[in-house]
Amino acid sequence: MCLGIPGEVIDIVDRSEHLATVAVNGVHRTISARLLAEDPVRVGDWVLVHVGFAMSKIDQREAELTLDQIRKLGKPYEEEMDAFMDTEIV
Amino acid sequence: MRFVDEFRDPAAARRLLAAIDAEADRLGRSLHFMEVCGGHTHTIYRHGLERLLPDSVDFVHGPGCPVCVIPMGRVDDAVWLAGQPGVIFTTFGDMMRVPGTAGSLLQAQAAGADVRFVYSPLDALKVARDNPDREVVFFAVGFETTSPSTAVTLARAEAAGVRNFSVFCNHVLITPPLRAILDADQVAIDGFIGPGHVATVVGARHFDFIPREYGLPIVVTGFEPLDILQAVGMLLDQHAGGRREVENQYARVVRDAGNPAALALMGEVFEVRETFEWRGLGAIPRSGYAVAPRYARFDAEVRFDMPGVRVADPPACECDRVLTGQIKPWQCRVFGTACTPEIPIGTCMVSPEGACAAYYNFGRLA
Repeated sequence: MCLGIPGEVIDIVDRSEHLATVAVNGVHRTISARLLAEDPVRVGDWVLVHVGFAMSKIDQREAELTLDQIRKLGKPYEEEMDAFMDTEIV
Repeated sequence: MRFVDEFRDPAAARRLLAAIDAEADRLGRSLHFMEVCGGHTHTIYRHGLERLLPDSVDFVHGPGCPVCVIPMGRVDDAVWLAGQPGVIFTTFGDMMRVPGTAGSLLQAQAAGADVRFVYSPLDALKVARDNPDREVVFFAVGFETTSPSTAVTLARAEAAGVRNFSVFCNHVLITPPLRAILDADQVAIDGFIGPGHVATVVGARHFDFIPREYGLPIVVTGFEPLDILQAVGMLLDQHAGGRREVENQYARVVRDAGNPAALALMGEVFEVRETFEWRGLGAIPRSGYAVAPRYARFDAEVRFDMPGVRVADPPACECDRVLTGQIKPWQCRVFGTACTPEIPIGTCMVSPEGACAAYYNFGRLA
């Protein structure tokens, strides 16, 4: 449960509620960007996602390298993606 | 070196390993580095790092697995909550299989309780909004990496006037168990591989007390095998140079001051408990968060007349000594026999971040 998975911000859903859509490995889900309120996320930013929250901004190259490594974890990565696909935050 | 080929930069890993070998040789003594976080433990076994490093460098597994440190009594309380009439009990998947005295949440679910696993506390809040005639409880666990997400969720619940949602708060702080382990002085520790994702919230500076009060180096570290090798190199360099400081290997993600917005929210929504019970470490003063009085109507411990179960951990289980670095997973008397990931006795065998599960799945096979 402590994995942080890189995702790309592809839409700002609700600015006042700090909700954004991210793409993680092709899967699009809404997450909260409230924890980055002091440096608001924009479309095109890459963030580290943990339990439905953007925890930190990271650069794109870093995001790709991290995702590549996380994929190699195998089962923990698959479980995290399964859980991420189930999320229905609105 | 087959594992090294999987690193993000195998050539850099080989150079680092050569440098580590040379430095460890020069230092000429055994050094024991505690990796605080269960995510690090997983990486160490997954990639066989113990075998890549010289014999004189040893990893000591730390207490930073949030599922592992929850005592059995709190699991029993969770199962009790899940069994209350009208309750939908929501939890991260990792907690489903942790055994309580009378079974796990998974078994409670099989027996008819409405237990649902969620990816995020915000999903639990959505379950509450979708089921206004039910009481929805979220089993909040985790260190400072995860507690801000619960804080945001409660702030949203309050703003939206949700009346049927509460959390069973088991959030814990990372500093108190580290102090407890250092103060107990039962394990040789020559430095720390610091928890990268906790540090995104609390900041690298949060760990200043380790060099200042305990005279030990700490390197805040990322979760890839190359990150951990780099951290080992940095710890050896500190020893070689007679330095004792906080260094940040994970600067691509972690800031010195952490995440002030997250810390402010946690300050608003939580208060530090006078004491909290840990598996393996017992009661540690000021080591856990409770929901603050202002948010009391979202606190399951206030909302329900909870039994507040306190039970001893299973006697056969040696999670206590694994969690404090006193023994390695395979030295536990039930490891791999009575206790396996399929039928776990202790929490360290349940979570993928637990030292026992990580060693069972990877370490012993390599």
